[in-house]
Amino acid sequence: MNGVARVAELLGERVYAMVLDLGAIFTLFLQVVSLVVRPPSEIRNIVKQMEEVGVRSMPVVLVTATFTGMVLALQSYSGFQRFGATSFVGSVVALSITRELGPVFAGLMVSGRVGASMAAELGTMKVTEQIDALVTLATNPVKYLVVPRVVAATLVLPILVVFADLVGILGGYFVSVYLMGANPYVYIAKTYQYLEFKDIYTGLIKASVFGMLIALISCHHGFVAEGGAEGVGRATTRAVVASSMMVLISDYFMTSFMF
Amino acid sequence: MIAIRGLSKRFGKKVVLDGLDLTVPKGKNTVVIGGSGTGKSVLIKCVVGLLRPEAGEIRIDGQDILRMDERELVSARRKFGMLFQASALFDSMDVGENVAFVLRRLKMYTEGHIREVVEEKLSMVGLRDIQRLMPAELSGGMKKRVGLARAIASEPDILLYDEPTTGLDPIMADVINDLIISLRETLGVTSITITHDMASAYKIADQIAMLYKGKIVEVGTPDQIRTTSNPVVAQFVQGRARGPITDESEEFVRFVSR
Repeated sequence: MNGVARVAELLGERVYAMVLDLGAIFTLFLQVVSLVVRPPSEIRNIVKQMEEVGVRSMPVVLVTATFTGMVLALQSYSGFQRFGATSFVGSVVALSITRELGPVFAGLMVSGRVGASMAAELGTMKVTEQIDALVTLATNPVKYLVVPRVVAATLVLPILVVFADLVGILGGYFVSVYLMGANPYVYIAKTYQYLEFKDIYTGLIKASVFGMLIALISCHHGFVAEGGAEGVGRATTRAVVASSMMVLISDYFMTSFMF
Repeated sequence: MIAIRGLSKRFGKKVVLDGLDLTVPKGKNTVVIGGSGTGKSVLIKCVVGLLRPEAGEIRIDGQDILRMDERELVSARRKFGMLFQASALFDSMDVGENVAFVLRRLKMYTEGHIREVVEEKLSMVGLRDIQRLMPAELSGGMKKRVGLARAIASEPDILLYDEPTTGLDPIMADVINDLIISLRETLGVTSITITHDMASAYKIADQIAMLYKGKIVEVGTPDQIRTTSNPVVAQFVQGRARGPITDESEEFVRFVSR
């Protein structure tokens, strides 16, 4: 009985902490929305963050997307061979990449790369009192630090995903045509045949939401960091885990609403 | 003048400030002394509005900052400059950008004029030709002085010093003491310093207040504090291991372990 009670207590504590976090993140979101248009303009910081989130994440996103497209072609080719439907590999690759794998893998990679760096940077600023210093220098830390990161991530992730979609489909093409010996004309025709514009733009909307969630969650965990280097480490881990999970969870719900 | 009345702040069940009263006269330096963890930092963070106390009032020139909404608070904060314990320089910016931060943020001067102001503030703390250095390249004493230059950049009426001499060698500590005195004399700022460095406290203070158990237990000039009859204050300023402060905490330890 004691054991059961303790498990229930532990579970309750975790759920309680999670609900508190969600509430804080939602509050942060409302603050960002209300501060985004207020002067002074944060355009310089936004551009700087767009470089950080976008340009610097490009290599890792491209590599991930290429190999995702390649392995997808490989797997579906050997699977479709069993019932002689190899001509549909192109369609499968294109639809899976644009609708699902492009945005989700880009979101996961950005969670790891950008989420970690945002949480670590803001967490360090918190524990070294730099965030308090901002307040004493007549600056709202949410406006100065969170708004540019959220805006940049929201704008930049769809751009990353456009490139991810492109190289993912190309990766699939190369594997199918050069390794599996598929007919290049049929492959390209099949890629286009079933691909609708909606598949692409829903993927981009998802990416935008992922970017916003990753930035909000990571900034929140950085802001509440305390207890020196160890606390920053904990905040970083939490940010990466929580934003990766939120990418996958929100992906399911967005998919169920959009299709 | 800053008048603090009945200030109470708790974290969870732990009461840190318990109905604290303190009057900080205009143009003078008030030093708040007290042991580590007694809530000195909490006190000045309440004054500058970084923490919200549960009860009490903090009147600055008659206006209670605890009754202000966020917008009024932002403009009230422009009266303050604060020097943080570990300087809290923005480590992504060089020294010049750190000092110029609030000037650019509030667009107080034109860009050309900002450079002059930054140079002037840095020379007031005895530094020159370091605008291009990053905070990581500075020694602890230089960081403190850059932090001070940043705090005075917008010419505040009130300066708050969070343990200005902690972690510095004795000579650099005295340089900081001299700077605090000269800033008071040249700029006429009102200041609150929190410290447990008694040498520094005696040197820079016009008035010393001792914080103990969430209340100010004694206020006086440095000479009055030096020759105090209050046993708690006497133990602290003379730095003795035995006395009423440690007796009480030992009792507490015994009570817990029983």
